[in-house]
Amino acid sequence: MSSVSARSHVGSGVVSRWSLRILGLGFLALLLVAPLVIIFFETFKDGIQPPLDAITSPNGLHALKLSLLMVAIAVPLNTVFGVACALLLVRHKWKGNGLIDSVINLPFALSPVVIGLALYLLYSTNGGWFGPTLAEAGLEVLFSVPGMVLASIFVSLPFVVRETVPVLQEIGTEQEQAASTLGANAWQTFWRVTLPAIRWGVAYGVVLTTARVLGEFGAVTIVSGSISGKTETLPLFVSKEFERFSEPGAYGASLVLALLALMTLLAMNLLKRKEDA
Amino acid sequence: MEANPAALPNPVAPRAGIRLPGVGVGLGRGYVVLYLSLMVLIPLAALVDESLSSGVGNFWDQVSSPQAVRSLELTLVASLIVVAINAVFGTIIAWLLVRDEFPGKAAVNAIIDLPFALPTIVASLTLLALYGNESPFGIDIAFTRTAVVVALLFVTLPFVVRAVQPLLIEMDREMEEAAASLGASGFTIFRRIIFPNLIPGLAAGVALAFARALGEFGSVLIFAGGLPDTQVSSVFIRSQVESGNETGAAAVSMVLLLASLLCLAAISLIQRWGSRHERSTGGGLVMPMAGEMPSETAKKEGDDELR
Repeated sequence: MSSVSARSHVGSGVVSRWSLRILGLGFLALLLVAPLVIIFFETFKDGIQPPLDAITSPNGLHALKLSLLMVAIAVPLNTVFGVACALLLVRHKWKGNGLIDSVINLPFALSPVVIGLALYLLYSTNGGWFGPTLAEAGLEVLFSVPGMVLASIFVSLPFVVRETVPVLQEIGTEQEQAASTLGANAWQTFWRVTLPAIRWGVAYGVVLTTARVLGEFGAVTIVSGSISGKTETLPLFVSKEFERFSEPGAYGASLVLALLALMTLLAMNLLKRKEDA
Repeated sequence: MEANPAALPNPVAPRAGIRLPGVGVGLGRGYVVLYLSLMVLIPLAALVDESLSSGVGNFWDQVSSPQAVRSLELTLVASLIVVAINAVFGTIIAWLLVRDEFPGKAAVNAIIDLPFALPTIVASLTLLALYGNESPFGIDIAFTRTAVVVALLFVTLPFVVRAVQPLLIEMDREMEEAAASLGASGFTIFRRIIFPNLIPGLAAGVALAFARALGEFGSVLIFAGGLPDTQVSSVFIRSQVESGNETGAAAVSMVLLLASLLCLAAISLIQRWGSRHERSTGGGLVMPMAGEMPSETAKKEGDDELR
């Protein structure tokens, strides 16, 4: 292979190779690895009991449950939407597709605080477009779970679409055509041919969506009001505990979130390998 | 040998895939448009409406208030510094991951995505522990503008790496070999051959990182705080909401929204311009982390099963 000989040309000098390594890996060590390591240190510096007590306190457990509830609602909704939207974008030409594509990218580029504020203004009972009507119907959106769900959906909306579109383009349509020639209807073709072919791409999108929902802070902080034991997810709990100078709580919950992040990285890696296999 | 799959002529018309009956397509489209409107467009419309609710003059007053201008300036300058640093280090790291061999390379490659997975508030807390007044390294930069830059560096780190990496993997090494055999030095080869090929990825990565940096909130909050001197725009917006000035918050939000739209437009232009490399993009933004999705395998699998 040519790769071996080519490698000897650029960055080949012992000095330049080592200076690149020291620069690049040093940057990573200070910026990524050190923060990860210090969470463990800070959490357990007074033993295992204080962080454990803080996480298992009623407010801590409630925050954990609420975070899982966000995932349980937002992830399936965005997954179904993502697959349907990707299918339409790739397989059915339409003049509105360009616009849909642009709108889907917006949550990537938009500040979570701006997203939170937009929802806040829409559902405010004090002059929002939807707020007063919904309040009359007895539905509290702001400072309550539905608003937090909406914020979670908004911020994590693009992932499944973006991961599914390229896979759909690559699998092509030959097998689907074969299936329909053999008499399968659209629904059967989707379940038996298309979905199995795109499953790892969709799964990758689901992992990213889940991580985003679990970690969301800016948008949720605006719409939830961060009421302890009521509208506090784990990231909000971290922030609140920090403000209260309760380090075991802040670091204990951070450790839980960091472990979830590491599991996310692991899942991302496994899924990439699945695709390679 | 293996040409880019997307560049291969597709023998079948693209419409021949899953054929939903006409009604199904209509329903699907209705669902997608409704979902996007309810979840994204209507809330943003409410934001636009609120920002202009007391007239254009008031909008301008809010945006040009000294505090607002100060926060916008800090956000812009910090974001520019951050993307410049990330462009350099992101390229170096991508280079190490593709062209170098060292023990633990797989783990390094995996941890690059950590900022995507780690909640921003956790990042802020740990950065404070590391580089605050109890710093184990003796570096105390908490609640300064440097802290804003470091926090933004953390959250935007993966973008350039993940955008440049696939281009380095795909790059044809024969040109480099030719240049080397003609006597070009390593640096000349990088400057004249490698770097020009990386520009599309680098530009897209930088634009994404810039958009992300402009709107970042959680990672800055604890580490840099909301002092007048360290208040980025999103922190300023939150403080305006808390003090009941919703119109002011909406006005500054409009500036950020506009900046996001510009970044997205830039990314889309960059990708159209860079699409002589023709990766299968779906005509939209490709997340850098998606860049690692093995594109060749899926295609190969499909072909094999056909044979």
